[in-house]
Amino acid sequence: MSRRALNPVKNGQPLALAELAPLSLVDFREAILEAVQEGDRLACLCADAQLRLFAVLADDAGKTLRVVRTQLDQPRYPALTPVCPQAHLFERELAEQYGIVPEGHPWLKPVRYHRPWMGGESQPLPLPGVMDFYRVEGDEVHEVAVGPVHAGVIEPGHFRFQCHGETVFHLEIALGYQHRGVEQALEGGPHPLSLKQAETAAGDTSIGHVWAYCRNLEGLAGVKVSARAERVRGVALELERAANHVGDLGALSGDVGFLPTASFCGRLRGDWLNLSAEVCGSRLGRNWLRPGGLQHDLDHALAERLLPRLEKAWVETQDALELLWGAASAMIRFEVAGHLTPVQAREIGLVGVPARACGISLDVRHDHPFGPYKDHAVVPVLAESGNVHSRAWVRWRELSESHRTLASALKDLGHTPCEARPGPLPGLAADNLCVSLIEGWRGEVLHLAVTDAEGRFARYKIVDPSFHNWFGLALALRGEQISDFPLCNKSFNLSYCGHDL
Amino acid sequence: MMHILLSRWRQGHRTLPYPKELPDLPARFQGLPRIEAAKCPEGCRLCAEACPVAAIGFGPGGPTLDLGRCVFCPACVEACPEGAIAFTGDHRLATTSREALVTTGADRYARAEELGAELKRVLGRSLKLRVVSAGGCNGCEVDVNVLGTLAWDLGRFGIQYVASPRHADGLLVTGPVTRNMELALRKTYDAVPGPKIVIAVGACAIQGGPYCHREEQLGGVGSVLPVDLYIPGCPPHPLTILDGLLRLIGKVKEPR
Repeated sequence: MSRRALNPVKNGQPLALAELAPLSLVDFREAILEAVQEGDRLACLCADAQLRLFAVLADDAGKTLRVVRTQLDQPRYPALTPVCPQAHLFERELAEQYGIVPEGHPWLKPVRYHRPWMGGESQPLPLPGVMDFYRVEGDEVHEVAVGPVHAGVIEPGHFRFQCHGETVFHLEIALGYQHRGVEQALEGGPHPLSLKQAETAAGDTSIGHVWAYCRNLEGLAGVKVSARAERVRGVALELERAANHVGDLGALSGDVGFLPTASFCGRLRGDWLNLSAEVCGSRLGRNWLRPGGLQHDLDHALAERLLPRLEKAWVETQDALELLWGAASAMIRFEVAGHLTPVQAREIGLVGVPARACGISLDVRHDHPFGPYKDHAVVPVLAESGNVHSRAWVRWRELSESHRTLASALKDLGHTPCEARPGPLPGLAADNLCVSLIEGWRGEVLHLAVTDAEGRFARYKIVDPSFHNWFGLALALRGEQISDFPLCNKSFNLSYCGHDL
Repeated sequence: MMHILLSRWRQGHRTLPYPKELPDLPARFQGLPRIEAAKCPEGCRLCAEACPVAAIGFGPGGPTLDLGRCVFCPACVEACPEGAIAFTGDHRLATTSREALVTTGADRYARAEELGAELKRVLGRSLKLRVVSAGGCNGCEVDVNVLGTLAWDLGRFGIQYVASPRHADGLLVTGPVTRNMELALRKTYDAVPGPKIVIAVGACAIQGGPYCHREEQLGGVGSVLPVDLYIPGCPPHPLTILDGLLRLIGKVKEPR
């Protein structure tokens, strides 16, 4: 079954489940495997309580998304992972959430250490981090275990290194400590708390997640958002990207001991965040977007006030970062650490900054454009080497692009009048499916909503870019010195709660 | 080296003059709520019905707002037809007791008090904190972290985040305490030598925040450890966090 035979869907456009005929299990597997072989990415694979399997396939170069589904008659099926490594964490998730066994999965371990969602109450609670870790045996091989509580102010996770002297043979990452039950909380929704839960799915990507959530609601309710509101949302997203990229570049400098840039960027990140706070009152963009439009508009006077502050932040950011690019001692450390090949990146379905740092052209704003990016094209920023330097360089170029976008949007916004806050949305279309993708600062944020006969969420699936990318960090560490772990880790800067949900 | 010095010269000294001067807060910042019970129509419950986290109750004096539950969304403000609830720009929200977070909005808000004399003698001049994220969304974490940057320069107040609980005088906890972090949090607490304090930062750490109904979490730090300081917000502004820390060690007193 060629992928051409599958129905394409648009980013954020609903699709009646009746129009998405379930494939047989054989055809479903074949459709995914063939599409991936032809270069598609498995952007999402998930199940629901009725043992329906859904997969979202992204043909980024062809700018097309496809959704396939099947109905299992028993909670088992032949695993995709042995031939399609991209499926590996998704299939572990299916097993943990719904007890669906992907038979032949080579690495079937818990993902988030929670009770199965379907019954199973009698089973003992799984203990986080308690599983068989991959082990390298040998006289001089030793194991280093780190976490869940780390030395810095960061979220918890457990890292197991198999080392020979300083060299890391293998790293296995066990997460799940942050699991709060976000997806299950959204089920039966939208509830009054759903918007806040979308905002805090990964709290440093509030705009990315809340925009994806809003677009699903708007798609399913058949509500069109005004061009102006879309433009303001774009400002929110780019401010979030800029602030985080500045923070990451500063932290990377700090991890190689180059303190001038680290110190400047620590402060400058705040200057970018404070621009968001001027609009919505929150540095992290909380309460800015709401389904149907905006909670806080950005009027002409405010845009006028923000512009000089944006320019000042940009000039000072450039000043701080040029020091970094000019420091040979920092550059050499960036260049030799954390290397990933494009082949590895494609095999594991890497997204966002780390994928572009391997030269893979993939950016939702360009490939599956949404909101303002339909009219204001973004060219994906690529680098070639796939190492820490490339990941830093991509951030730097994207920062420059974000600044350009922000400056032009702030100038344009003055020309159209503000809009009233949108009222409550009408009911959502029943028995529909909607996939919404946003290019957050880490990469692709995917929200998939399936509604029931009453128009409530029968299933709400969230895929943070970190879910795809944590395995990339593990691969990037192979053959590296263990002392370079903080640097490599920071160059990915992945979300724990976005993964754990 | 010259480039670095030049940049330093261009960008200048940028540590905030706080607490001598208050930094500018954004105009739309949501701080301490003001409730004008006199405006409430008889029997009106619209604000309480709109609140997604059941933070609004009704006492003899009218509505009360529990800042320990509040996620600052602000559905109550929009729901009120009389304009009886508004969030002011007052960032000073930290308290030393859980009860003090329930505000009537009219009376004096019982802000955090200094540690007792003995604890203040031991910790007041040098307070080392171990930060534990126990299910936080990384919102509170980043705004806790930001106090360590040169803009806020936490070290000048004698407060420092440390890597090991053995070096710490207390824990600063974010997140609702997920079941999966309970053991790690308890172990970290046990590893801190006494006397020790616990600080709960953010709506999640106080009462579970947006996840208060979920069984995957325990409803805040207070369900596991004794809490000495509550700092509300979703997430709290860095200034709110700093204000709370400084009140605890007696370095900021009323009115600021």
